[in-house]
Amino acid sequence: MLSEGAHFMKGMVLGGLFCLLLALLGSLRLGTESGTVDHHRHHHVQAPSKDELTRLSDSRMQELSNQVQISCIIMVQPKILVYWATAANTWSKHCDKAVFYTSESSKALEAVDLNEKDDWARLRKALKHAYENAGDLRWFFVAQPTTFAIIENLKYLVLTKDPSEPFYLGNAMKSGELEYVAYDSGIVLSYEALKRLVHVFQDEEKCPERGRALWKLSEDKQLAVCLKYTGVFAENGEDAQGKGLFNSKSVYSVISDSMKANPNNVVEGCCSDMAVTFNGMSPNQMQVMMFGVYRLRPYGHDFHDLLMFDPPEGSDND
Amino acid sequence: MTGPKNLESRTKHIRETWAKRCNKVLYMSSVETDFPTVKLNVSEGRENLYWKTIRAFQYIHQHHLDEADWFLKADDDTFVVIENLRYTLSTYDPEKPLYLGRRFTPFISQGYMSGGAGYVLSKEALRRFVEGFDTGKCTHFSNIEDMALGKCMETMKVEPADSRDVKGRQTFHPFPPDHYLIRQPPRPRPCSVAFVSRGGK
Repeated sequence: MLSEGAHFMKGMVLGGLFCLLLALLGSLRLGTESGTVDHHRHHHVQAPSKDELTRLSDSRMQELSNQVQISCIIMVQPKILVYWATAANTWSKHCDKAVFYTSESSKALEAVDLNEKDDWARLRKALKHAYENAGDLRWFFVAQPTTFAIIENLKYLVLTKDPSEPFYLGNAMKSGELEYVAYDSGIVLSYEALKRLVHVFQDEEKCPERGRALWKLSEDKQLAVCLKYTGVFAENGEDAQGKGLFNSKSVYSVISDSMKANPNNVVEGCCSDMAVTFNGMSPNQMQVMMFGVYRLRPYGHDFHDLLMFDPPEGSDND
Repeated sequence: MTGPKNLESRTKHIRETWAKRCNKVLYMSSVETDFPTVKLNVSEGRENLYWKTIRAFQYIHQHHLDEADWFLKADDDTFVVIENLRYTLSTYDPEKPLYLGRRFTPFISQGYMSGGAGYVLSKEALRRFVEGFDTGKCTHFSNIEDMALGKCMETMKVEPADSRDVKGRQTFHPFPPDHYLIRQPPRPRPCSVAFVSRGGK
């Protein structure tokens, strides 16, 4: 009697462990399968240097600055209404097109109601919708309203890049074998990357709508997994000096960190002057940021920019 | 204007940031240090603020009068965009008795400049301020630095000049930026008193 019970228990435990192992292997396979694809020079994408730009003709520069247009995909929810309102009132006005996608509609603000509670399923729907309604736009910026973005600096980053090539940029992070772009500091996709992504969405094996792993992967990691299957890899967005442009921390945080790390060289040692995003700022702080970035300026100070990006209508610039 | 308590926490950061854009900067304190700070014959504390200001201007008049045209007084919690200050001052003559800042109207008939927002004296204004105390025309009749200095300016016929921009907007601010940028919903009042908020768009 006792020995039978013990055998049974042993069997159960072994069976359970085996099951767990299989599931583990199942989710790991997703990571290693596309290891054969050439990683080549991709891992970081840098903004053009001044030299690079001065080598272009005036007409080419004009062409590029007119052509680079950003379509913003902003994922909102009624529970963060103040952030939603702030994003709608501030930085999103600098996108050539800004569409808000929500989990459920709100009487206060306009958005495309995807009526979807699952974060990953909702993101998929939003991306698909943005792709189908892209029009002439070839660059896509996916953000949450808790992120603050400077769209002009994003335009500068992708200025000389061809959107018919696959680009998937932002603050590139690593989780085990998987390299992905962090959601909270914004995700940039070229038209080609988005096209491949929307196609792989149809493949339930490679890119299921409801994740198969025992534990749920966050949407940004899911995105990286799906894109990897199409041969698109996460790359870190950097300025010409190699400083990251996408910050998962707030501007106050990065400066405080720099005050500790480089007490004699706080500003130089900090973040890029051409930063594209910051995360973790309150709505009030974002309003102050708009003032600091777009309105307040030192009279007579020349930033020596080679290009001009005109703000879209109604973006409240001087 | 600073003191030993704030050198590390505040004044150090001023020294590393906006103060670099001044032609000359002096850090006024009650203690001499390698910061470097100037030792004025005063004690620290809000009650002694006007004395400190008087001594500071007397010190500058004695040692540094010819080194500048305009003399900015700022506290260790003030942030100044020096380029914009230069731009504002560019249309005024430093040999005229003028001073600029954020003008408040109560108490003094020609008004006075807010201490917290920082204020600037022309060279002539500085001469007259010091002269006022030398001759006894100006006295330490109050602790309230900005108001009392405003009284002395009036006595010595130093005029308040306009620091507002071409659109009539203020350029000196006694509060931090978010005070002016964030619209606050009107608070419920017991009686019908109109609440006018400063600044904003």
